[in-house]
Amino acid sequence: MADTLTQTNSPMTEGSWDGASRPFKASYGKLMMWYFLLSDAFTFAGFLIAYGALRMSSPTWPVPDFVFSTVPEWLPGSAHHKPLIFVTIMTFILLASSFTMVRAVQEGQQENKNGVVFWMVLTIIGGAAFLGCQAWEWNTLINEEHVSYHTNPFGTHTEYGKYLEGDGHDIEAGDTFQPGDSYLIHNVDGHWHKLKYEVTEGEDAGMTKEMSFGPKAFSALFFFITGFHGFHVFSGVVFLLIICINAASGLYVARKNEYEMVEKIGLYWHFVDLVWVFVFLVFYLL
Amino acid sequence: MGHDYEAGKKTAVRIISILAIITIAEVLFALLGKGYIIPGVHFPAVIMGGVMIIMSLVKAYLIVYEFMHMKYEMPGMVRSVLLPLFLLVWGIIAFLYEGTAWKGNRQKVIEKNERSVETLTQPSAETYHADDSH
Repeated sequence: MADTLTQTNSPMTEGSWDGASRPFKASYGKLMMWYFLLSDAFTFAGFLIAYGALRMSSPTWPVPDFVFSTVPEWLPGSAHHKPLIFVTIMTFILLASSFTMVRAVQEGQQENKNGVVFWMVLTIIGGAAFLGCQAWEWNTLINEEHVSYHTNPFGTHTEYGKYLEGDGHDIEAGDTFQPGDSYLIHNVDGHWHKLKYEVTEGEDAGMTKEMSFGPKAFSALFFFITGFHGFHVFSGVVFLLIICINAASGLYVARKNEYEMVEKIGLYWHFVDLVWVFVFLVFYLL
Repeated sequence: MGHDYEAGKKTAVRIISILAIITIAEVLFALLGKGYIIPGVHFPAVIMGGVMIIMSLVKAYLIVYEFMHMKYEMPGMVRSVLLPLFLLVWGIIAFLYEGTAWKGNRQKVIEKNERSVETLTQPSAETYHADDSH
């Protein structure tokens, strides 16, 4: 808080070039963290806008509540067709870790060393749990659904039709579908099972066709953007760990600056949460 | 200071509760609008998108202003961080428009190819594949 800022016990004299003066009454470190976050916001915005442009340029796009509908088997209920539930859990974990970070900063302003360490440890656990969930999600997509950055088996129908064969999972021969319905092309032992279907309406009525892959930009963008965000979370956890150890060792007690380092990593950590709000919006909700 | 500290703790709990409630509302709205909760109910994409974007912006505001303490910074600093972000408004409009144009151009190429195949005196089946997309 601006009103609680105190001048550090710096031996330096007041001057424009020795770091003693504080533009905007914020410390140099905090200010630079804000401008780094601004530049990082532009990086993420660039990626998300690229997602938007490629999505608009594609005639079809995979439906998120069909793609992201798997949950781990140990969770109650069946393992499939629980749209958006798992990613909601991930979002809650990250939100909770943002809350514990706020508490760590508040304890720092009270110069309460044990409080800072306690809440930072909880934040680190939250960050690690989020990364674990993301690893599970990636593993499901890559190893079970065989999505890769160059192949996207999640497609969307553009015609009315009737399946001529079943896939042994959800689709049986004779099932009908309409434009906008989603499908997943299963891969068994390296072979893609593209089901054959008969078009029932429109100018191609009566023709036999087979499933085609969905836009590959979808999977490339998904792995790149969530990967880039996950990398931010990972580096955040590493920095939190370092600062937590420093705090526990009493390093910041000696500085008498209300644990400003904790406040700076807090800004970064909240930013990671903020980016997730928009990744969640763009990939899972829209 | 002690009073500030207690008030700060309360604010943190209040803000995290609001963020959690908005997140649940977003997911419920997404599932409701796509017919998962009440079968057959479907909301138009514009309403779905609009509500989601507004709720996300409220979440972003709460995180930046409350959790990141932007509320307590000097107005000049707030402006120096937030005003540049308005460049993105143009970025979003321009690139979504551009993406839509790419789709239109691709469609035009496909239609022209079909027309030229039809008007050729001796159409050759080998040179034209209608379905090479994946």
